[in-house]
Amino acid sequence: MDIESPAKLVELLDRHAYLADEGLATAAFLAMKMGRPLFLEGEAGVGKTELAKTLAALMEAPLIRLQCYEGLDAAQALYDWDFARQLLHLKAAEAAGVTDVKALEGEIYDRRFLIARPLLKALETQPCVLLVDEIDRADDEFEAFLLEVLSDFTISIPELGTITARTPPVVVVTSNRTREVHDALKRRCLYHWLRHPGFDREVAILLRRLPACTETLAVQVAGAAQRLRAADLVKPPGVAETLDWTEALLTLGAKDLDPALAAVTLGAALKYREDVEAVLANGLLGHA
Amino acid sequence: MRELTATMTGFARTLRAAGVAADHERTQNLLRALAHLDVTAREDVYWAGRLTLCAGPDDLPRYDRCFAAYFGGLRARDGRTAARPVTRYSAATDRGEGGDGPEEALAATASTLDVLRHRDVARLSDAERAEVHRLLALLRGRRRQRRSRRYAPSHRGRLDQRRTIREALSRGEVARLRYRAHTVKPRRVVMLVDVSGSMRPYAETLLRFAHALARNEPRATEVYSVGTRLTPITAELSHRDPDTAMRLVSAAIPDWSGGTRLGEELKEFLSVRHARGAIVVVASDGWERGDPALLGTQMSRLARQAYRVIWVNPHKGQADYQPLTGGMRASLPYIDDLVAGHSLAAFEELGERLAHARRVG
Repeated sequence: MDIESPAKLVELLDRHAYLADEGLATAAFLAMKMGRPLFLEGEAGVGKTELAKTLAALMEAPLIRLQCYEGLDAAQALYDWDFARQLLHLKAAEAAGVTDVKALEGEIYDRRFLIARPLLKALETQPCVLLVDEIDRADDEFEAFLLEVLSDFTISIPELGTITARTPPVVVVTSNRTREVHDALKRRCLYHWLRHPGFDREVAILLRRLPACTETLAVQVAGAAQRLRAADLVKPPGVAETLDWTEALLTLGAKDLDPALAAVTLGAALKYREDVEAVLANGLLGHA
Repeated sequence: MRELTATMTGFARTLRAAGVAADHERTQNLLRALAHLDVTAREDVYWAGRLTLCAGPDDLPRYDRCFAAYFGGLRARDGRTAARPVTRYSAATDRGEGGDGPEEALAATASTLDVLRHRDVARLSDAERAEVHRLLALLRGRRRQRRSRRYAPSHRGRLDQRRTIREALSRGEVARLRYRAHTVKPRRVVMLVDVSGSMRPYAETLLRFAHALARNEPRATEVYSVGTRLTPITAELSHRDPDTAMRLVSAAIPDWSGGTRLGEELKEFLSVRHARGAIVVVASDGWERGDPALLGTQMSRLARQAYRVIWVNPHKGQADYQPLTGGMRASLPYIDDLVAGHSLAAFEELGERLAHARRVG
């Protein structure tokens, strides 16, 4: 697929209901052209993960996702040997009276006994979009692994040899910035800081994503969302939350942001009890 | 092309002067990125530079300023513009004055040492305090361990499939199952040291204790000074020599002997860093100038993330101490241990706590 300019990518993303601004589109465009990972940082719910999904959709390529968590290790991210099948194979060989250890070793360390985890799978699938989600949740040792894989898109397996991607996958690394990611990894990537969308863009996103949403409701919800973000909350709502909230309102048949309906559906937008209480007490939901 | 390279290298230099880490490798990336874009379009150059040269949200305003200055025809002011905060207090010189040089330091016999160990550092002479500081630097605390991500061969734990298969291959049968278990690592400690006016008699001793912690476990210790602003001082404390480290720290802290807004600073800490799995040590007297309610909220967030929260209050060493300050009262429900931090003995006890801390609840 040939995308000739960032503007073209904006258009393609829009066709898949993702409204990107020029900065984000340029970032994704360069990531695809330069074969470099895109490092997306920003508050939760600004559309980091969604971008990877949309890129996969418009490239008509599979999305391979590696969700990071504390304790994630190579066996879960790169590859693992299928122990049970290896043992079965050994038993079978033993029963058949095979004694050539060298040959047997070659057999059980064959590609078919290897279980590909997301990173290896991404190198073997072409084309594909690799999403390394919430890298800040993994231990910092894990970044070293990732850096190794992302710098030349190869994985070396001691028993098997080196596996190299013929064309590098499009890689999106996201971080919620709960921890500073090592500079060496960032340097390898294109860095983009995603912020919450402005009022106009958010209205456009709501209308684009939720066809049932009326313009009145979109304007009111986006307005409320801007006020909530300006208020001093533990967790200000992201676009993902605004979308959920609007969908909840639509499900209840709301035509506009009725204060009573807004209050009962607020749990879709705010995930902390303190925040819900603060918002209700200060009347932040009222129409502007 | 050569002209473009020169322009962009100059731009990167301007950024570096403004404090953005736009190094050679990043500049090369910028040139590579521009090969895919329209170099005559201002927007394209802006984004290519921002995407390749910046490394965090802090860089973005600086980048915007430099971009406007450089490509607007004006170069940003050259030279080292990042002004170092003025040192208002130097721990190192403060102690040297008045003729109490190290040559007059106490000869620490067993009995004087024992007395010294329990005395309040605020009431010590300069020579005595120097002796306490010398002993603090010798503190070798163990650290509570956590499970690491790596494995090592072990007699129990999970089945080590790779080793079992290897052995089966060389023997021709599965003779023995091999096991592996996680190795251990020191648990992370985050220490926040209050350097406001009311803590002044204790701040240096606390920082020296922090230095000993950081020296013992450099990779698992983070130290911040708090007062009117949050300042990371882990790098400064990594210097081997305690006196040099103190000099670096006092130069890095811009708000010595000011007020305390612990609530806001905890909030800042929790928004840029996190305390997940860490033992958090807050050293403060709780004279909160900000809103105690905000401090309470932030302490509750901290307590939910942290492995254990230890509050060091130098005044707790006094017999009639009661946690009455607003900040202390607001924080109390979220503190796992409230300990004294006024004497060498108290610091030794704190060291023990860090070695044996357990998760609460």
